Order: sequence, then structure tokens, then C-alpha cells
Amino acid sequence: MPKDPSIKKVLVIGSGPIIIGQAAEFDYSGTQACRALKSEGVETVLVNSNPATIMTDPDIADHVYIEPLTAEVVERIIEKERPDAILPNLGGQMGLNLSMELARSGYLDRSGVRLLACRPDTIDRAEDRQLFKDTMEKLHQPIIPSKVVEELDDAMEFAGQIGYPVIVRPAFTMGGTGGGICEDPEKLREIATNGLRLSPIHQILVEKCISGWKEIEYEVMRDSKGNVITVCNMENLDPVGIHTGDSIVVAPSQTLSDKEYQLLRTAALDIITELGIEGGCNCQFALKPDSFEYAVIEVNPRVSRSSALASKATGYPIAKVATKIALGYTLDEITNDVTGETCACFEPALDYVVVKYPKWPFDKFVYADKSLGTQMMATGEVMAIGNSFEHAMMKAVSSTELGLDTLTLPAFEELSTEQIIEHLSVQDSERAFCVYEALKRGVPHETIYHITKIDWWFLDKMQHLADLEMGLKTGPLTPEKYMEAKKFGFLDKTIRRLSGVEGLPAHPQAVFKMVDTCAAEFAAKTPYFYSTWDADNEAKQFIAEHSSTKKKKVLVFGSGPIRIGQGIEFDYCSVHAVWTLKKHGCEAILVNNNPETVSTDFDTGDRLYFDPLNPESVDQIIATEKPDACLVQFGGQTAIKLANHMDEIGLPILGTPADAIDEAEDRERFDELLERCGIPRPEGRTVYTLDEALQAAKEVGYPVLMRPSYVLGGQNMIVAYNSADVVEYMGVITAHVDMSHPVLMDKYIYGTECEVDAICDGTDYLVPGIMEQVERTGVHSGDSICVYPPYDFPQKVIDTLVDYTGRFARELKVVGLVNVQYAVQNGQVYVIEVNPRSSRTVPYISKVTGVPMVDLAVRCTLGEKLKDMGYGTGLWRGGQSPYTAVKVPVYSFLKLHGVDTMLGPEMKSTGEVLGIAPTFHEAMMKGLVAAGYQFKQPGPGSCVIITVKDSDKKEAAELAWKLHDYGYKIYGTAETARYLNSQMVPCSTVRQMSGARPNVIDLLESGLVDYIISTSPHGRDPHRDSVKFRRKATELSIPCITAMDTARVLVDALRGDHDISQMELVDVAQLHADAAAGR
Amino acid sequence: MQAYLILANGTVLTGNSIGAVGTTIGEVVFATGMVGFQETLTDPSYYGQIITQTYPLIGNYGMNREDLESDRIWCRGYIVREACTTPSNFRSQLTLDAFLKEQNIIGIEGIDTRSLTRTLREHGVMNGAITTEFDPNTDRARLAALMEEILNYSVIGAVAAVSCTAPQTFEPTGGVAEGETPLHIALLDLGCKNNIVRCLRKRGCKVTVLPGGTTAAELAALHADGLMLSNGPGDPAENVDIIRNIAEMLDSGIPAFGICLGHQLTALAAGARTRKMKYGHRGANQPATDLIDGRTYITSQNHGYAVMGETLPAGVGRVTHVNANDKSCEGITYTKWNCFTVQFHPEANGGPKDTEYLFDRFLANVRAAKGVG
Repeated sequence: MPKDPSIKKVLVIGSGPIIIGQAAEFDYSGTQACRALKSEGVETVLVNSNPATIMTDPDIADHVYIEPLTAEVVERIIEKERPDAILPNLGGQMGLNLSMELARSGYLDRSGVRLLACRPDTIDRAEDRQLFKDTMEKLHQPIIPSKVVEELDDAMEFAGQIGYPVIVRPAFTMGGTGGGICEDPEKLREIATNGLRLSPIHQILVEKCISGWKEIEYEVMRDSKGNVITVCNMENLDPVGIHTGDSIVVAPSQTLSDKEYQLLRTAALDIITELGIEGGCNCQFALKPDSFEYAVIEVNPRVSRSSALASKATGYPIAKVATKIALGYTLDEITNDVTGETCACFEPALDYVVVKYPKWPFDKFVYADKSLGTQMMATGEVMAIGNSFEHAMMKAVSSTELGLDTLTLPAFEELSTEQIIEHLSVQDSERAFCVYEALKRGVPHETIYHITKIDWWFLDKMQHLADLEMGLKTGPLTPEKYMEAKKFGFLDKTIRRLSGVEGLPAHPQAVFKMVDTCAAEFAAKTPYFYSTWDADNEAKQFIAEHSSTKKKKVLVFGSGPIRIGQGIEFDYCSVHAVWTLKKHGCEAILVNNNPETVSTDFDTGDRLYFDPLNPESVDQIIATEKPDACLVQFGGQTAIKLANHMDEIGLPILGTPADAIDEAEDRERFDELLERCGIPRPEGRTVYTLDEALQAAKEVGYPVLMRPSYVLGGQNMIVAYNSADVVEYMGVITAHVDMSHPVLMDKYIYGTECEVDAICDGTDYLVPGIMEQVERTGVHSGDSICVYPPYDFPQKVIDTLVDYTGRFARELKVVGLVNVQYAVQNGQVYVIEVNPRSSRTVPYISKVTGVPMVDLAVRCTLGEKLKDMGYGTGLWRGGQSPYTAVKVPVYSFLKLHGVDTMLGPEMKSTGEVLGIAPTFHEAMMKGLVAAGYQFKQPGPGSCVIITVKDSDKKEAAELAWKLHDYGYKIYGTAETARYLNSQMVPCSTVRQMSGARPNVIDLLESGLVDYIISTSPHGRDPHRDSVKFRRKATELSIPCITAMDTARVLVDALRGDHDISQMELVDVAQLHADAAAGR
Repeated sequence: MQAYLILANGTVLTGNSIGAVGTTIGEVVFATGMVGFQETLTDPSYYGQIITQTYPLIGNYGMNREDLESDRIWCRGYIVREACTTPSNFRSQLTLDAFLKEQNIIGIEGIDTRSLTRTLREHGVMNGAITTEFDPNTDRARLAALMEEILNYSVIGAVAAVSCTAPQTFEPTGGVAEGETPLHIALLDLGCKNNIVRCLRKRGCKVTVLPGGTTAAELAALHADGLMLSNGPGDPAENVDIIRNIAEMLDSGIPAFGICLGHQLTALAAGARTRKMKYGHRGANQPATDLIDGRTYITSQNHGYAVMGETLPAGVGRVTHVNANDKSCEGITYTKWNCFTVQFHPEANGGPKDTEYLFDRFLANVRAAKGVG
């Protein structure tokens, strides 16, 4: 059936802020969907609260709304835009749930808007536990003994019947939030209570635990004609029990014979057929390792993280095909873009092995519980392609940027073999390394299998790597031994280190093979490559046939896996850089390893190399591509780290030179720079040891800001108030950071923080906007609520900020982007840091000002001048803006056990949302709503708990009074209550967690607490009472504000009489058109 | 031990020996299935060929004695990138290497199979040899002699080589109601995969496997309810006698179902022509569109020749299936006979089972003809 002609305008709902379990993959799928719609001539309306995404670009959709993802807002957008249909299945769980809400309420029927691709009953049959069970039973598909319960007692009784351990899975929560394995009734009581609360329909599934079974996934697609295909299957290295998002995953499956493969494939196709899904679907199975017994674990009736992975692993564009199916096409009518000849109704054949490796935030959250289970904790992932499992695994480990180049984790080398064996039973993020250490020590595979249930095949392959590593350490490095190690993924640097040999016996060149969906059966047109150590270089041939010698060839480095501090923003920048290069007559060649992103879509650049971003891998790509230049300033720290190497090998860096980066990051050189610019900065020191640190702190005076140099996202950054803090943190920092780089200590300036991004052409500069942060210094800029334009800076400060930024840009010879962070104290401007590269705020500020920053920056690096680009120079529009835009950070604390939620100089947020409106208060309200604040009217008994440190008490009194006035009852811990009472604020005392019951726990569990304001001088250590209290609040989903400034804007928003249903909906696409037209 | 792959175009690739040692010559083809290597190895349709597996890791889950598609390996050589020495699967009984040795098949590993596949795709299938006996890079004289043999090689007499020599009968394994007489299906063995027999038996059929050279009279004497024409190797047009026999058999009105070579021979019997494809279809991911219901099915395929659908004489039947990629003929339903045939493998093994329902369609035809059920 061809495209349905009645669909002329479609609303696409995005997935909102990046949180663990719902990340960049939905920007990838949403962007692909929008582009597919556009190519079919369909007018597209997009709504997403996340400004860091590519899908919210005006060139992706025709109308872009960066608005809160609530039913009310989406209904208003529908009324304004009058789309014919909604595309619900490409925006993750968020987009799906919201679409279902609109469908169920009858709104879509009433307004005549069609729901494409799925029906609410389909979704229910996949997601509602009981209906799912019934559907599987109808299909004779085995499932694990389980029961849906809505009461704790029923959960306890059922578990008693089937026996422990059991798994709890809450209904309709994403990423398995609130679930877990329960070994005993006590644990079940805890997890089930929590799960019931977190489920929006107060429902959990209690099921028999089948740990040790293989976990296998199939990505399947179906069209309206009933054609069904599987795009790919995947096998988890870790058996059932660890969330697939936290598992090392290989594609295709390795240990399944045809019989098992087809058994599960047929089951997956039967399921999608029965559910009647039109589009993509993910089926997860557990397969008993010693029989054909299997069980269906889960079905996701939408595009998912796994489907993004499957798309990248095979070259099959699932989201694009799903979109076309939604428009009415059938699989056989859709062309396979990869070959350009064959049709989309086929199954990709892989002729390589793919390994996906998760990226966890534990290098950042040192106190977090690293153990893995049914709740996902990874913030991102990398993918690697090789023609052996070993090679792919080695590439994956390098790509995760853990500082490892083999699977050897130095901490495990210190342990005895007994300790290693004991540690094997710890199911955490380091388990693969522990297994590897055991293999190196010769621990029998039987022992390891018995404990971990990791399939023998994987153990054998890892043993091979272990043998190669141990082999390199002994005996001479023969050419054969060297080539063997190369073939299986050892880098020259690693081989030198292990063998102790400087001069290598051979100098082979890597070749590049194509990912073509068809194992070379057809001549493909995809410019998508991965490296191997063979002789036949397909990329070379491809370049000879397709590359124009007239075009300048530019290599663009991507930003690797999504992690806290380096998120989707940098993919936005990389992708825009590539697009601009292409638009301006260059050939753009992308290197990246993150399967979730738009940058690794094979048609983003002229060519894509899916390989690690380490110097040697990049050198190999350069040897084949022979580019004219490279761009490093758009791929975050990952790309910046390659700048020096590019200098060494003599590949020109477009724009700002590598030296400027060093100048900005090297303490002494930076001080000289400031001197030359005549700009003040807080007094500071560079230290290497604890003694030096204590001495320095004494000299500049407490409090001091401490951080390692070359940081990202404030990694391991803290404010030390006394010598004990210095001692604690020096310990933590030295344990996690390579101490060849020193620790920086600065006098901590207590003031307003602000951030400026600028574009510079070497002569002139353009500041699109200044962002003022709500939270005072001390809270990481990435965690601050951030307002454009500034709301309370005098003109003099603004002038100074612009002037200083210009001085830096000129003095650092910035060509491209620069980001400067300032602190303003009593009208005096101090500089905190300068980053001569793209920053986290680039997409945000580009969108709200209408200035296409990356585009202009890239053109600068190509030699164009700002004054010719039509956006002027200096401060854009003189700092005037028709709208205020507020960026509000979003956290994933619920998923990260043991992490203190108190904000500090170390970044903790995983994502962000935007509120955009004509006034500050309206924008703030939108931002807070988009971030999940509910703005409930206080009911009878509703209360707020306040427990703050001494320095915050004065402000707390003012806020408490306002809250009381608004109708809240105020509770405080003893000291806070005493202070508030002394200030005539009615406040009842509640006992601390450690106090006798009833105490604050009982109050939290009462359901009456709407907000918590909690600050304390110390955080982090999960054993502290204040940390435990905040954790408890997080687990109960009670908003817990940990900075007084945040509390202030929240309280003001609560008390303001702004009605979100009356606020203007801002079409960002229009805003951009106005800016480009000089309006 | 080193082994060498020599192609008819003069390319010499060096790898390591797996399986037996010696020298073997065959037609080099590639197969793209990611699983099912043991089904591939034991598929008689590969008679006379040297198989290249495009998936790089072969033998991961080992060999077992249950999933064989015939009782031996028929291909003449095996090319893989990496042969797994430590297989893992609960049914694994021996390694790929051990199985090749047991079957005296010469193999080679460590070959850039993707590059080889690209060569075969560009040049079409070509003859080649694997040898462990000399280094063709240095021993030019022996290479020249071997090249002579390679160039002269062709797959002939394939069906006779792989077909059984005496009839054999199998009882149903399921699907027969108490007191019911099972349907009796005659299966003409042109190089039959075991799973065709299994698919019929589990549907309640008694199956008599007949040698490829069986005549129409011999079939008639069997009083079978239906006729199944199996898959098989080689150039279909070579089987002049069998084609004539099939025409006679079908003229008797017996309901029939043909797969792969069976499909090709039936088309030839009806007066159509076949052609040699450049590099054929060998894999588990081939889309075949059913022109009657419009659905496209993912199928398992293994063929180097195809029926030229446009040569089917008017009035004998119609093309019912085409390959969604290259539009080649994938199925025919005859009007002059009670017969339908497909180019792909509904019995799968290895590959998807999405078209196994065709056996049910066939048996419905058989029952209708018999006037039962």
C-alpha cells in the first residue's frame, strides 16, 4: 500500500530530557523520523522539552516546540497546529505514554487526530502485565511464572508459592525503575512497596527468578500487510538478571545454533503479528543454556535503545522504516538505502561481530553502589565492530574512555587469586574485568562459569585475549606475535607497554570494511566503515570512486559515549559541524563510536568510521582518508584530547589551534593569559600532593574549590571548607585521576555564576547570549538553572562580560567557539574558566537566540568573516530578546543508589529541559514543569520539610514564611525549627532519621510531604544522615531541593499566579526564521 | 599447517588448514547465513562446490548429530575466516575441524571472506581449489597444472551422485489421528534435505523417498497420494531424463509440490528455460513476494540457477512468487498440473520457517485430490 494521502501534517513527540534509560537514542530515532516525514512531503510538528537535541532544530521539523511534555501542553499544540496524526512510537516511553494518555482520554478522537502505527490496546497488551501474560498464553509462548499484584500482601503470598528469589517489575516504568531481585521476604517487602508506588497504575509483577539463563533479544518489524522481518538478534554476555542496558551485548548471537535462533525468531515474529504492531518492536527472551526451554521476558512495542543499537549494528535504519510504515508504506515498497537496489523487506546479514559496552557514571559517583541488576544505570554506551569478538571487545574497551587499553583493571591486579574468585560473585560494572583477571591467573573456566554463568564461549574468547596479553609480557616480540596481537585489537602503545619493546617489528596499515546490511552480497553505497587488519581496503576503493579531489576533506571527531558532563550536546555540535562543512563544499568524515547518536547515522557525514577515538585508531583512518584538516572543537573532551596528537602528526586543525587549549587549561599559562588580558580571577594554586594542598588552602583561605586539571563536567570537583575536606578529597582525587596532571585549588568566590558562549573569526566576535545561573557559585554550571537573557545584571556587568569574552577570544586566537564561565560578586567580574571549544550550552543558546552557532563557527574555521554572515558582531541584538529561556537540569538519582542528591561543584544532572516564554516567571514555570515539578495546591496536612545548614538558615526563614503563607505546614529538624521559630515562622520539629520513631522517615512515608529543602555542609558519604535522608526522599519521588537559590525560584513560581495553560507556545522554527531575516 | 585457496582468476590466498589435507577443486560460492553452518555443510545442494561463509566466526556452537540435513558433507571444500576451536552449546558434540576431518573435507581458515565474497560478487561464481600440498606462491609448475584442472572443472552428474539408490519409507512422527490412514507422499530425491522428510512426517505423512531416476510407472505402482520434488544440486537442464519423468508423473494428475531443483525441473518439464545466475542466492534472508496475497516472506535459499519466468509457455501456469530484490522467479503454480513449486526452501534448516505453511497447502491439495478431510 503506498503512502496514505490523507496524512499531510504529523506531530512527533520526543522523549524529553536525557535520563538513565532514555537517552540520545531517541534523538536519533526522532530525527530520523522527522527527516523521513520531510522526505515524504509531510509537514512536521515537533514537541520535546529537551533543547540539546538535534530533532528540535528548525531544519529538522517545520514547527518546533520546546515545551513541557504534558498532555495539557500537547493538546494546546494540537489545537494550534492542527496536525492530521501523531507519531507516538519514536519518542521512547515518554512519547508513547503521552500519546496513549491523549488517546485514552478520548482527546485524539474528539479532535480528529489519528494515532499512527499503534493502537492503545496494542500498547496495553505489550505493557500491561496481565494483558501481556494473557496474550502470551494465547500464543502458547512460555513466560516466567509470575503474578500481577496491586497489594504488597499478594506479592508476599505469591512469592511464598513460587519460592525465592523473585524479581519485581513495576508496570509502566521505563528502564525498569523501581524493580529488583529479592532474595528473601524482607527484601521483597522493601522493593515491592517501592515498585507499587513508582508504577503510575500502582501495579507490579512478581516473577520467578531465572538467573543464569541466556538473555537474547530480537528486533522485529512489521507492516500493515503483515510482512514481518527481524533486523537483528543480540546476545547478552551477562545472563538474565542484569538489565540489557547494563549488559555487554554482542550481535549477532554467538552461542545459538540455527534451531535455537529460529525458535526465538519465530516466537518474536508471532508476537509482533499477534500484537498487530505496525513498525518496530523489541522482544527479549531468556533461553535455558542446557535445553530448548525459553521464556519471553519483555516486549517493547516501539523504537528503543536496542533498536538504535540494532540499526547501527546492521546499517538497517529502523526508525526511518518505522516512520514510512506509519505513513502507510509496506516493507516491500521501501528501498534499502544501504544498497539502493534491494528492498527493506529483508533481513540484514552481518559479516562482522558487534560488541556494545555500557558507559556507567561510577567514575564520577565514587560513592555510588556499582552493583547491577534489573534497573539500568548506564548513562550511555559504545559500540565496536570487528571481524572477531576479541577485536570488537578491545575496541569497545578503548572507546569507553576508562583509561584502559586492555581488560586489565589495575585495581584487580592488586588482589590475590582467592580475592578475585570471591569478587566474581559481585555483579557489578567491573565484572568483565574481574573475569578477565581470573582468566589471566588461570582460574578454571568451570569455576568462573559456575559463579557468573557467563557462557563458555565468551570465557574462551576472553581467555584468548588474556593469553595474548600475558604472552606479550614474556619472550621476544616476534613479528608473528606482534601481528597476532594487532589482529585481535591490541594497540601499538599497549604492545610496547606490555612487551617493553620500543621498536615494533612491523608497521602494518589497518584497512576498512564496509557495513552494508548484506555481507557483501550486493554492491552497497553506504559510506560506513570499521577497521580490521586485512589486506583489502574497501574504504580506499570507495574514496577513489566517490570522493571529489576538488573538495577539502575534513575529519570531524565525535564525542564518544554519553556520560554526565559530556552529553548529547556535543553530538548536536558534531552533527551541525558536519552539515555545515558539507554545505560549504567540504567533504566531512566522521569518527565516533556511540550507537545512540545522530552522528553515527551513516548518511550524516560523507563517510562514517565507527571506531575508537584513540590516537592510533585515528591515525589509521587518516592514513586511508588523507584528510586536509580536522575539527576538534565540537566533540567535547573526547575530541579535544586528540588535539595535541593532531599537532604532533601535523594534521592541520581547523580553527582554534591546539596550543590555545593548553593555554586555557595549563594553570601557569592561563595566569599569564589573564595578565595579558587584564582580567581578574580568584586567587589559586596548583598542587600535586596533600601537603601542598593543605598549604595552598591555608594561603588562599577557606573555602577553596578543588579540581583536577583537564576536567570534564566538574569531575571530582569539590568545595573544601576545612582541612578535613582537603584530606578526604585529595584521597578520592588521587585514587581516580592520573596524577601527572595536578590538582587546581582556587579561592571560592561566593557570587552569581554566569556563562558566555561566543563565536570568533580571529578578528571579530559574536556573543549570541549571556546566561545567568540561578544557583550561586559552588553548584556546577551544568546543574544550575540557567536563564537567558540575564535577569538581574546591571548593564555594566553585561558590558564587562562581553568585553572580557572578546579579550579572551582574541588573545587565545580563537577561531570558532569559545565558552567562558564567570563569577560576579558585588559587581566585580571574575573569570572561572575558559574553554576554547564548543560547550554544553551551545544547542540551548543557539535555539533560543536563533543564532546558528555551530554553523557560524565552522564557517569561521573555513575562513569566512562574521561581519559577512548577517548576524553582526558583539552582543547579539544588544542582549535584547523577545523571550526569556530557562534551562532546568534533570537528574537520574532514582537509578543511582547511594549517590548524594545535594548539588555541588561536581556535575550530577544527566539532562536538561527548557522553558521559553515572554517573561522570566513564565519561562521559569515552564522549565520547572518540564523538569517534572507538579505545582500541586497544598491540601489539608500538606507539608514541607526544611533542614538547612547554618549559613542558609536566614534565607530559609524567608522561604519558610512564604511557604507557610501559601498554605503549607512546615517541619524542620531540631536546629532549623528552633531558628525558624526564633524568626516567628511556625515550624514543627521532626526527629532525624537516627532518632526515635515516629521520625522524619514516617513523615516522608505519610505522603503529605510535597517538597523538601535540604542543605548540609557535607555530602557525598552515603553513611551520613543528611545523605540518607535525601536518598529516601528521592526513592519516594519527593522533590528535594538542595540549593537555596533553587528553592527561592521554586517558591516564587509556586506563589506566582501564572497559569501554564495560558502561556504562549513558542515555535522555535519561527524564531530562527526571524533571526535569519534580521527581525 | 598452511593452506592455499587458488581461484580461477589466478588469485592465491593463504590461510590455515582445517579439516582434511590434500587438494580439492570445486565451484567457489558464498553463503550469507549467520547460523546454520552444519545444515549448510550437509545440504546436498552444495555438491561439487566450495562454500565460503560470509559470517566470520564459524563453529561457535559446535556440531551435533541431530541437525544434519543428510548423512554426510557433499561440498568439496569449506572456507571460513575463523573456525571455532572451543565451541559452546549444550548439544555440541565435536568441533568444525573434527567434523571436516571425519568427513575428509578440505577446509581453509584465516581468509578475508568478505574480500573473497566481493570478488565472487563482481566476477560471478568461479572455480577454485584449496590445497595443503604445495605453496602456489613458490611452486609455479604445480600451480600451473592445478590451474589447468581448475579451469576444466565443472559440476556434472550431480543429482545421480547425491540421490539415494533404493527407495526407503518413513512412518509419520505426528499429526495422525487415531484410526486414520496417514497420507502417503512419494518424495523424489534429487539431493533431498532431511528436513523435507521431517516436515512431511510431523504433519502425519508416510514418506517414501525415491531415487532421482524413478520413472512415472514406478511411481504409479507406489499408489502414493502426493508427490514431493526435492531440492538438489547442479545445472537443472542437465537432467534430461528426470525432466521427462517428472512431466509424465505430473500428467497422471498426482498433486505435487516442488522445492528448489524440484521447482526448476518442473518448469523445464513444462517448457520453460533456466539460466545460470551470476552468483546465486545462498542465505537465510532472501525476500520472496507471493504475488497472490501480496505478502513478502523471508526465505532460506540456496541456488545458482533460476527459472526464467518469462519463458513459461502460455496456458501451463503462472509465476506466483518473485524475489523482492532481483525479481527473479521464486515460485510457479501450474494449471495444466495439480502442482505448485517454489525456488526457496520452506523446510528451512538453516533459516527462517516463515513459509513452512506451504507444506500444509500441499497436503490440503493432496487431501482434496484424495477426497478426504
